[in-house]
Amino acid sequence: MRRIGVFVCWCGSNIAATVDVAAVVADAKVQPGVVFAQDYQYMCSEAGQNIIKDAIKEHQLTGIVVCSCSPRMHEATFRKAAAAAGLNPYMVEIANVREHCSWIHKDKEAGTEKARVLMRAAVAKVMLNVPLKAGESRVVKRALVIGGGIAGIQTALDIADAGFQVDIVEKNATIGGRMAQLDKTFPTLDCSSCILTPKMVEAKASENIRLITYAEVEEVGGFVGDFKVKIRKKARFVKEDVCTGCGLCMAKCPSKKGLNEFNMGLNNRPAIYIPFAQAIPNVAVIDKTQCIKLNTGKCGLCEKVCTAKAIDYTMQDEFIEEEYGAIVMATGFRPIDASKFDEYSYSTCKDVVTSLELERIMNAAGPTGGVLLRPSDGKHPHSVVFVQCVGSRDVSGRGKPYCSKICCMYTAKHAMLIRDKYPDVDVHVFYIDVRTPGKNFDEFYRRAAEQYDVDYIKGQVGKVWEEDGHLVVRGVDLISNEQVILNADMVVLATAIEPDPTARKVANMLTASIDTNDFITEAHPKLRPVESPTAGIFLSGVCQGPKDIPETVSQAGAAASKVIGLLCKDKLTTNPCVARSDELLCNGCSCCEKVCPYGAISYDTHLINDHGVKETRRVALVNEALCQGCGACTVVCPSGAMDLKGFSNKQIMAEVEAICL
Amino acid sequence: MQAVSKKVLDRARELMRDGTVSRVAGWKAGEFFYDCEPALFETEESLKDLVYNRFCAANLSKFLITNDIASVADRGRTLVLLKPCDTYSFNQLLTEHRLSRDNVYILGVGCEGMCDVDRIRALGIKGITGVDESEDGKKLTVRTLYGDGEIDVDGVLVNKCETCKGKAHKIFDELISDNEEEGPRGDRFECVRELESMAPAERFAFWQKELSKCIRCNACRNACPACSCRKCVFDNNASGIASKANTDSFEEKLFHIIRAFHVAGRCTDCGECSRVCPQGIPLHLFNRKYIKDINEFYGEFAAGEEAGQRGPLISFEAGDREPNSVSDKGGD
Repeated sequence: MRRIGVFVCWCGSNIAATVDVAAVVADAKVQPGVVFAQDYQYMCSEAGQNIIKDAIKEHQLTGIVVCSCSPRMHEATFRKAAAAAGLNPYMVEIANVREHCSWIHKDKEAGTEKARVLMRAAVAKVMLNVPLKAGESRVVKRALVIGGGIAGIQTALDIADAGFQVDIVEKNATIGGRMAQLDKTFPTLDCSSCILTPKMVEAKASENIRLITYAEVEEVGGFVGDFKVKIRKKARFVKEDVCTGCGLCMAKCPSKKGLNEFNMGLNNRPAIYIPFAQAIPNVAVIDKTQCIKLNTGKCGLCEKVCTAKAIDYTMQDEFIEEEYGAIVMATGFRPIDASKFDEYSYSTCKDVVTSLELERIMNAAGPTGGVLLRPSDGKHPHSVVFVQCVGSRDVSGRGKPYCSKICCMYTAKHAMLIRDKYPDVDVHVFYIDVRTPGKNFDEFYRRAAEQYDVDYIKGQVGKVWEEDGHLVVRGVDLISNEQVILNADMVVLATAIEPDPTARKVANMLTASIDTNDFITEAHPKLRPVESPTAGIFLSGVCQGPKDIPETVSQAGAAASKVIGLLCKDKLTTNPCVARSDELLCNGCSCCEKVCPYGAISYDTHLINDHGVKETRRVALVNEALCQGCGACTVVCPSGAMDLKGFSNKQIMAEVEAICL
Repeated sequence: MQAVSKKVLDRARELMRDGTVSRVAGWKAGEFFYDCEPALFETEESLKDLVYNRFCAANLSKFLITNDIASVADRGRTLVLLKPCDTYSFNQLLTEHRLSRDNVYILGVGCEGMCDVDRIRALGIKGITGVDESEDGKKLTVRTLYGDGEIDVDGVLVNKCETCKGKAHKIFDELISDNEEEGPRGDRFECVRELESMAPAERFAFWQKELSKCIRCNACRNACPACSCRKCVFDNNASGIASKANTDSFEEKLFHIIRAFHVAGRCTDCGECSRVCPQGIPLHLFNRKYIKDINEFYGEFAAGEEAGQRGPLISFEAGDREPNSVSDKGGD
């Protein structure tokens, strides 16, 4: 005989304003099997939990339904409360009457009706729940960080500092990421390299950190505490442990047409190159699309000049297979392609550049040696126009709907640096809004506008074109409500930033969810901002959303602390809601095995005794230690032999029937 | 086809006689010569009843598993006669480990299209006693109680043969066929496009009308080679689905829709469901709709083209369509 208790939470006014909680309680009381129902203002509070615990004891409840927020929020809380009162924690069901009901409805009558339906579905399900027991799994004491920019480096350093092994997988030939390309950093204007390169060196020097550069994650298996990852280390054609980074090969290489990625393609580099002087590892790499030897078999100059004998044209991609307890995504960003915006003439006028290109032009190690020169003719510009929000806050479909967050500040930085170094240059900035929340940020912006006389124009640019050897910018000044036409020698586009295109692929392999803009979703936007909803996957840096360097570094530390917290554990409690196959119904068709993302299903041929009919045949077996309870197998199983504990086909059907009937 | 037919019957006898196979899965005439049905011949002598003619439309792949012939090794090998379209089903069953390849000897038999006796009768021909085929296989001389008449084969083909997938066998040990190279015939998705062009209400009315004819005889399920479950969910009270397939006006639809979903991505479009339906419900339309969608979403895929395939519905690639593409396409 089932004795079910129903607890309806008001969530302050979050639920109670849209759902008549008393009506839900009254309806619950008349449901078959329900012996107790009560509402309370905050069910998750200590007093609320005590109501649940007391009711379980007093009414000898065999199962409970809590009508509250999403189970992602408080299922664990209520399971713990139930366990404390002696009830199996898997006899708890949550009816999500907040995210699924009160938050998305305005009409109280309709909201109340929906809450009742959700409550009835949960009651129907809990009637079929059975007590489950959680098992244990191991924790591999090693972390993987995907991406070697400032986010990845900082996360790795913090994890390593706590004494755990960390591998950084970086797709480029060096770590450093976007920050290495920057000149100065706001709001203090300290040199980016000066603060980044020591961290890069520290990462290389750390005994606990292994740098796997020029490599990509190829396959991910396993689960929290026990991931199995296959990493493809792309062929560099240069032996990493032999190359001394002397650079002789770069000087001799006759193929010099490759675009220098580090300088945003503003100049060329040889086919064999070290990305930049402070690269880590300071080892050359051959671009196989540009190398004459690799493409025609002739040349071989670099091999001849290399005194260290580091060149190996026969090198193949290598695979590294490793186990990890935790994985951190730090895949970073790239600026969007500005050529989608014809009105700014980025693809046709050389003197229209993106902010990251300007960053390289302003950098002492950049293509112009840090001297501000027009890319078209190498002359000194006298007027520079900045255009903000190129593709940011753009709902036209060409750009991104979000604010890229960093552009207002770096544009103020660029404007200020130009005015400081070249007081003869006029600087204009077109903006929609100037957004400067952050410590010392608004002061910084005001310094640019007030002390450095940067001309801020509220309005957008409609068109940029070339005329008589200079650029013409036509925009609007919304404050004077007039059209503005400016002559400019250079136009700088503050292009929106987007997640690096590899993020989507990596997220798929990790089964980490992503949002419509390909940013990785957090487990909770406020309370669990550095964790993915997929256990054991953590987020660091811009892959989670636009952020500047200070924010990235803080988030990197936060992600590291979560990883450390996980790696400190010796055992993890496993989810008992795993799949199970009924061998009497199993066809042995292998569909489940093919869809299982965790390799948890195998097959065995053995004697089956079906009510006296004995037959030897092939049936599926679930490895409960590997199964993560995703349910893919239960959906694909044609005969219904595969079922998920805690979410059985029968339970789901009971819920559906409670909703429909 | 008569020449092929004679060779097939002779070869089956030979293989039985020389011990290559212990039995033959083929066809025999039912009450009338045109009522050909699957049959198992355990002795050489019984093979006198084996036939292969224009009325042997039944797909023997499924017959192999319903009789558990191919899973039991110690009973020796079974010879099975498979027409080109039947080989797709055989491969699919191999993929799903429902057959053991070693236990079966496949004689691929050439086919020029099967005939539907009801379509002959629909021409007004009654009292049919026999059929002879012209040299080129394009004409049939139908002998009746009331005299003989000549008809075009093309006009009386079984529905599934009108849009034949091609005459090539996808798996065999031995082949008796003289038209392997012949490609597909007609556009099998034309009928789906017609359905898609209907307004939702019109389409609903169409299916309401068709599915209301269902008498739940289970012929479609029993003939379907993709419906190969040991215990069907509709026969399993514990599944919670059995009750969804009652024969009231709403739930009869669910039986066919659930069945179509269960075979989606596995159905080889062998057309047996529609062919065996005593009520003439065009059940193949469901399957063809799914096949067309799968082709459009994930690239051309033919279940059973080869054994061991991994169908698009049970594989994942990063470039796969997002679920919202269905609603973008105008689905309701």
